[in-house]
Amino acid sequence: MPIPAGEARGPAAGAATPSMISVNGIRIEMIERGSGRPLLFLHPGIGIDANAPVLDRLAAGGRLLAPSHPGFGASEGPRHMTTVDDLSYFYLDLMDQLDLRDATVVGVSFGAWVAAAIAVKSTARIARLVMANAVGIKVGDRETRDIADIFALTEPQLNELAYCDPKIGARDYKAMPVAAVTATARNREALGRYGWQPYMHDPKLKGRLHRIRIPTLFLWGTHDRILSEPYGRAYCAAIPGARFELIDKAGHFPHVEQPQAFADRVLAFAAS
Amino acid sequence: MRVYHFTEQPYPNAWEKHEGSLRINLPNRHLDPKIAADLFHRYYDEWLLCDELGFDVMLNEHHATATCMSSTCIVGLSVLARQTKRARLLVLGYPIGHRPDPLRCAEELATVDVISRGRLDMGFIKGVPYEFPVSNQNAVGVMDRFWDAHDFIIKAMTSHDAPFNWESEFFHYRHVNLWPRPYQQPHPPVWTTTGSPINARIVGERGYVMATLGTGYATRPLYDVYRQAYTAKFHKPPAADRFAYLGLVAVADTEAEARRRGEMVSIYLGSSAIVAPQFRNPPGYLSVEDNVRILRGDPRPRTGTKDGGFIDMRTAGVQELIDAGILFCGTPDQVYRQITEFCDYCGGMGNLLMMGHAGHMNHADTVGNLTLFAKEVLPRLKEYKQPVAEATVAA
Repeated sequence: MPIPAGEARGPAAGAATPSMISVNGIRIEMIERGSGRPLLFLHPGIGIDANAPVLDRLAAGGRLLAPSHPGFGASEGPRHMTTVDDLSYFYLDLMDQLDLRDATVVGVSFGAWVAAAIAVKSTARIARLVMANAVGIKVGDRETRDIADIFALTEPQLNELAYCDPKIGARDYKAMPVAAVTATARNREALGRYGWQPYMHDPKLKGRLHRIRIPTLFLWGTHDRILSEPYGRAYCAAIPGARFELIDKAGHFPHVEQPQAFADRVLAFAAS
Repeated sequence: MRVYHFTEQPYPNAWEKHEGSLRINLPNRHLDPKIAADLFHRYYDEWLLCDELGFDVMLNEHHATATCMSSTCIVGLSVLARQTKRARLLVLGYPIGHRPDPLRCAEELATVDVISRGRLDMGFIKGVPYEFPVSNQNAVGVMDRFWDAHDFIIKAMTSHDAPFNWESEFFHYRHVNLWPRPYQQPHPPVWTTTGSPINARIVGERGYVMATLGTGYATRPLYDVYRQAYTAKFHKPPAADRFAYLGLVAVADTEAEARRRGEMVSIYLGSSAIVAPQFRNPPGYLSVEDNVRILRGDPRPRTGTKDGGFIDMRTAGVQELIDAGILFCGTPDQVYRQITEFCDYCGGMGNLLMMGHAGHMNHADTVGNLTLFAKEVLPRLKEYKQPVAEATVAA
């Protein structure tokens, strides 16, 4: 669904406005800030807000690239893009097109699933990987639901599980600009497109994680009740040498609830 | 006009036990299989009576719900294909976009058509939002999957000289060869439901029977979109038999008695909506534009009345439902007048899908409703001359 570039502008158009780029004929919006070594931020299912404090903090340590995945935000989502595998090839192409080198790829939740799907295919352009409160694999037995069924929750119920402070997730849609509400609706639809079935994971991914042989850091918001910490530790254990660190006073979206702590950990890891 | 008797085959005995949801998460321990057996037999008996009274028969299916025990329409169709003698058997509908295996769908439907000696009407539907969490089919792109399944089923039913190959985005077969092939040629009539002008156009271009539910006195614009699309494609106006409308019916010798029955039948409208809020809107079911409207708190769509007003049919009373053309209720004369007035408004409507039973309505009331309608209303409806819609007169 093509969206005119003008409509992609959020409430604080100007410095925060994402630009549009085309990769393989798919036009997506991307926030680009700062300079230095590239840091590719892959957003979770709730999308990325151009005014999110974490972005400036990450941009302080390098060249931040924060795209909206195809189908999310104001990015086009052609109907042939149906799987996280499709997204991973899209980002391999994006990194080729922008000639990124030694990138740090940072994914949160759904974005971390995308990051892992990229990294099992090729880390030729990636130096380091950060996986925050990642979904994407199956850990428990067939009757254990590893990942809370977010499509079987009302928005307040979801916020209770997702945030350390659920008030942070609350939105007043009547007061928001139409473009921002449209992005919210598109984010939910896109998340359904990629994650409805199998639910928020690729059954093949776990068996391929051993192929990731670059330094990898797992960050985990301790108050996440969409995922459990044992799930995160099992995920981490499947990637050789990956480290696991907790972020306190944060839930499923630590970049939202603890932007400074999140950016500090990422930048320290990127520089190590 | 044809009149199909429809009941959702409910399990009303569990309706008082719900905690905000009759669908998806109401535990099935609330269903007593012995009571369910009695209810199924009763509903089938009522359809057998319909076969004798001159009605046609409509069945549907829903999943994980006390509002409708029929979770596989093929079983009901199979029973009735053998036990009825003359009624047409309409399934409205068969949610083919949810089915993993459309070859199996084609085989089942063709078999029912053969056993019934060509009495099957095939209604293919997208399914209500609550079906997706149960089937686990993705609502995003479901209509692409729906039309692929449809194309496959029609091709399977109309290919007779050699097995064929099918490798689409959704389905993969290498040796498709339908045994038995359908009784009706080239295939049983295709029906579907819609509530949107976009789909009305698509259905009109294919010439399929288009049914609407709950559209009341806002039905005409959808029919006109269909008429336009049909006429552009086939160079003649569509006959009234291309249109179907689901109306609740309560008839009795006195108006007071009819209204008592009307209260019972209209319970369907309220009970149907009792579902936990988180299951009402799976991602991709509604358009982004519709979801934006909902997030911004715009009022939900309502049903139009004859005089240009609106009602919420889930909470409306009997008189409001009559005014909106949702419920046809009264003495035989009144019901005949209400139905034909509605047909005139529609510019022609050839298939009344009559919900003649719902909820707790007992066997005696259902039989009374059906028998009086068959005796006093149905013969006049069969004689009724459909108007020709202005929209298609020119062609």
